[in-house]
Amino acid sequence: MTDGKKVGSVMIVGGGVAGIQAALDLADSGFYVYLVEKAGAIGGTMVQLDKTFPTNDCSMCIIAPKLVECGRHLNIHLLTLCEVTGIIGVAGDFAVTLRQSPRYVDMNKCIACGVCTDNCPKKIDNDYNAGIGKRRAIYLRYPQAVPLKYQIDPAACIRLQKPGACGFCEKVCDAGAINFTDVEKIHRINVGAVILAPGFEVFDPRPSEMWGYGSNVNIITSLQLERYLSTSGPTEGHLKRPLDGKPVRKMAFLQCVGSRDENLCGNGYCSSVCCMSAIKEAVLAKEHVPGLQTSIFYMDMRTHGKGFDQYLEQARREAGVRFVRCRMGGVETDEESGDLRLRYVNENGRQIEDFFDLVVLAVGMQTPKQVLDLARVADIRLTADNFAATSDFAPVKTSREGIFTCGAIAGPKDIPQSVVEGSAAAAAVAELLAPARGEMTILPTFSEERDISGEEVRIGIFICHCGTNIAGVVDVKDLAEYSVTLPDVVHVERKLFSCSQDSQESIIQLIGEHRLNRIVIAACTPRTHEPLFRETLKVAGLNECLLEMANIRNQNSWVHGNNPVGATNKAKDLVRMAVAKVTFGEASHATTMPVVQKGLVIGGGVAGMTAALNLAQQGFTVHLVERTDTLGGNALNLKYTWSGEHVRTQVAKLIDRVICNERIIIHKEWTVTEVTGFVGNFHSTLTSKNGETKVIEYGAGIVAIGGQAAVPSEYNYGSITGVVTSVQFDKLHEFKEKHVKLAKRFVFIQCVGSREEGHMYCSKVCCTHAVQSAITLKKENPDRNVYILYRDMRTYAQRESLYKEARKLGIIFINYEMHGKPRVTGRGAEIEVEVWDHVLHQPLLIVADMVILAVAIRPREDAEKIGKLYKVPVDGHGFFHEAHAKLRPVDFSTEGMFVAGLAHYPKPVEESVAQALAASARAATILAKPEVQLDTIKAIVDEEFCDGCALCIDVCPYHAITLLEQTAVAGEAPKKLVRINVAQCKGCGICQGTCPKRGIYVAGFTIKQVLAQLQAALAG
Amino acid sequence: MDLEPKIIAFCCNWCSYAAADLAGTARMQYPVSVRIIRMMCSGMVHPELVVEALKMGADAVMILGCRLGECHYQDGNHKALARSGMIIELLDDLGYERERFSLHWLSSAEPLVFVNAVTETAERIRRL
Repeated sequence: MTDGKKVGSVMIVGGGVAGIQAALDLADSGFYVYLVEKAGAIGGTMVQLDKTFPTNDCSMCIIAPKLVECGRHLNIHLLTLCEVTGIIGVAGDFAVTLRQSPRYVDMNKCIACGVCTDNCPKKIDNDYNAGIGKRRAIYLRYPQAVPLKYQIDPAACIRLQKPGACGFCEKVCDAGAINFTDVEKIHRINVGAVILAPGFEVFDPRPSEMWGYGSNVNIITSLQLERYLSTSGPTEGHLKRPLDGKPVRKMAFLQCVGSRDENLCGNGYCSSVCCMSAIKEAVLAKEHVPGLQTSIFYMDMRTHGKGFDQYLEQARREAGVRFVRCRMGGVETDEESGDLRLRYVNENGRQIEDFFDLVVLAVGMQTPKQVLDLARVADIRLTADNFAATSDFAPVKTSREGIFTCGAIAGPKDIPQSVVEGSAAAAAVAELLAPARGEMTILPTFSEERDISGEEVRIGIFICHCGTNIAGVVDVKDLAEYSVTLPDVVHVERKLFSCSQDSQESIIQLIGEHRLNRIVIAACTPRTHEPLFRETLKVAGLNECLLEMANIRNQNSWVHGNNPVGATNKAKDLVRMAVAKVTFGEASHATTMPVVQKGLVIGGGVAGMTAALNLAQQGFTVHLVERTDTLGGNALNLKYTWSGEHVRTQVAKLIDRVICNERIIIHKEWTVTEVTGFVGNFHSTLTSKNGETKVIEYGAGIVAIGGQAAVPSEYNYGSITGVVTSVQFDKLHEFKEKHVKLAKRFVFIQCVGSREEGHMYCSKVCCTHAVQSAITLKKENPDRNVYILYRDMRTYAQRESLYKEARKLGIIFINYEMHGKPRVTGRGAEIEVEVWDHVLHQPLLIVADMVILAVAIRPREDAEKIGKLYKVPVDGHGFFHEAHAKLRPVDFSTEGMFVAGLAHYPKPVEESVAQALAASARAATILAKPEVQLDTIKAIVDEEFCDGCALCIDVCPYHAITLLEQTAVAGEAPKKLVRINVAQCKGCGICQGTCPKRGIYVAGFTIKQVLAQLQAALAG
Repeated sequence: MDLEPKIIAFCCNWCSYAAADLAGTARMQYPVSVRIIRMMCSGMVHPELVVEALKMGADAVMILGCRLGECHYQDGNHKALARSGMIIELLDDLGYERERFSLHWLSSAEPLVFVNAVTETAERIRRL
């Protein structure tokens, strides 16, 4: 590391979900961010997806608030249409050169009215819709684009191709934003670090005409299916055959197109996400088309993530998706009908033919050419599979110091893992640039809040079309006309997407223009979008509490799609109710509390130590609490990571660095036994094994308590000496125990305690571990016979190379199903393993010297106890439940608390490390600020009505209410009153539900407001 | 349209309101006459609100909270449950059928429970 200056700004290359997360975390913790995007708008691939697994959340709906946040963040500078052409300098002080292509539209003038697009005569294939349908030469990548500015595609534009021609857009643009003389610009930007998050491209099956793609339009890619299923897609969510528009009745998914295939596409690795995405698409397609039959043709079902196996089982059992493990022979077109004939060899070796209306190719991920160029410019090393090379213990660091990665550039991965890496890269950057924190950032200057106490009520109503999501069902014009007639409403306006950046700006402007002092947004759900609109009010100088949302999408247009008249009437009621409620809305101000700028990490395993070390290197004091007398956790039982790094060497280094860091206070043999406080101000009691106690204070905490190996209850474990668990086997093997040394025949049995009733989850690491062990055994002695009995071989992502190597070495893989589990019996010194052979259609008897059970990873039994202390939930299996499976993968719903490592879900070392760094980055967004703002939803005492009966004190779950006696007038009896401790109050309102005197209420939910809502609801 | 009973559903922010949102995401369909009022917790709903809603002309009032034991605020739903006896007595006194008030517990991931609860309530009221 250089001792030179450190620059407090960062460049992030790529505005997909990973880059966005990194940008937000860094900008929120004291660094200035340049977010560089090659397209005209940020959003990446996620904005093209319809829904996301395993929650089936609408992809655009959950990412849109993040896009807007990036777009309006004071410390994020968006640079679109840019590519990196040079990076010189050293970690802490780089000079990056960017080439920015001309947009031909002046961003300062464009108001995104869309008149240009309406008048553009040139149509070309719509790349946002994966080539389905057309877009114009002047266009927006997608309706909610950030920045919401049009752009001209120079290759398609008639005028730019032929000077003097066309130019319609320029003529119709009232804003005068079109600039045909726009030119390329070169920027040179000084930053302390660079994060590469350029993402991936989906494999294109066209050049090789894989499975007939390109020859028959009824063969589509999985990305195209996403667009067909999306209500904002080219067919507005109607799934019809591309060839003839006929309804689709039978649909087939072919897995591993462009993945796990070195012959046709050269991509030997597994793309890791396509199995889940196919299952999700099959389930959703069935919802779109009643009676649709869906079949997924696959080699191994790789549903190794959290909640994935449950999703798979539901798809199989409840949705009726058919799963066919097979070798695909060919896809042929029936010339007459356009139907597709699939030939395949099923599990029993039989040749089968079947017809389908539509075939979907589950296309894999690969590194696009321009990213390979970027890697060259950045001078970073790549793996054989063309992904960025990183260490398993530093999964976001590239080979060049100061340059980091996140997302699919470092291997195929899903959205949560990309988000985790986005945060992890932010943590790694913050560690490097800690001395320069706050040096380049701009401090917010909040618009002064308007005092509305003397104003008459002036309500503004904004009605969202949500594309066609609302407007396709509700008569929005009628709704708007009705809304104007409501009392005190002075302005009503419809918005195509009220969450888009331009709508936000327009709302801000209209608030000022019409002196609005109450706002109703009739759109989607406040649960996802209220924070966004509250921000908008703040920017407009209006108190954030003067907002009410009418949920006319999730709770109206979507659930009454078959009753447009009823839905329109209900929308009117919902708007009327919101107006009634907001009329009694009052400004309320969040209390700020000082932050204890220290962290707590519970658990001294790899995840806990990594998080603690990162926070300490970022400059924060950290308490590291470990219940045992040893640091290291489960990693002490591991030998090698999948890529071959020696775990114990790395763990030893990590322990050294943790012990030597003076900012880390280690509490060995202590446990957390009591927690009070809240974000920014937690107090915990630690109890030692001898019963001593001490209290620590911290602003944010990370739960990394790890997991544990299950103890097998089957396969005669415990009664046959040669039947051992994988962990035991590693030890025996390492110590060259003679039984292992002399053994010639090894059988690995997978999924012991995983993926079965009661434990319907994949332990994620065991397939790779078994394959690795098998390879070592075989390499030690090629005469050994090694068998792996598996259900689905889940050597996901680049681990696939190990699977391939194992097969090459002659390791025998035998598939078994749940209904035909292997049988293990002892016969003297030998062990007999019986398993059904699918090729020979008969039971196969393997005589083995040793049987190794791939035991499941279980949560720790104290997880629930810690969950209760912090009021954070554990899932049905006992793993901690994150705030949102996709976009908040390390956050807890309790603010200020985060999760990492096996406590969250089984995972390999590099994913634990990434998650630990991510948790640390998230914690740093709190610790980096001197104070924290509390929620405005708090109980308030109405002193006029409160008579101090104290009923509320008994029911308050947070002991936030105390009784006071006040003597107001001398001589009179003291008046009894209750008082709220705002820091402790969580705003549940149980007090309000209990109070017999209307003496206590929660801001935003007062009795007056709810009664007004009721009256409005029942007036129609 | 007038045959559709008017139902007020007090939903807690964390579970039942989220489940109702999810019912939308999954495009489940339910009677158009239900009006959801978002509360922070089922324990926030004062008995007076139930009575007032019926007085104002609601045909039924539902309180939907998190599953017992899973309250976001520890035990707010237990408090709601404890109060429900009093609500029913109050309704008896005022001459309302007890079918007009109901309590339901569901998690945020159970949109079907939500849909079934409102559908059944609508049917039950129609029979009254």
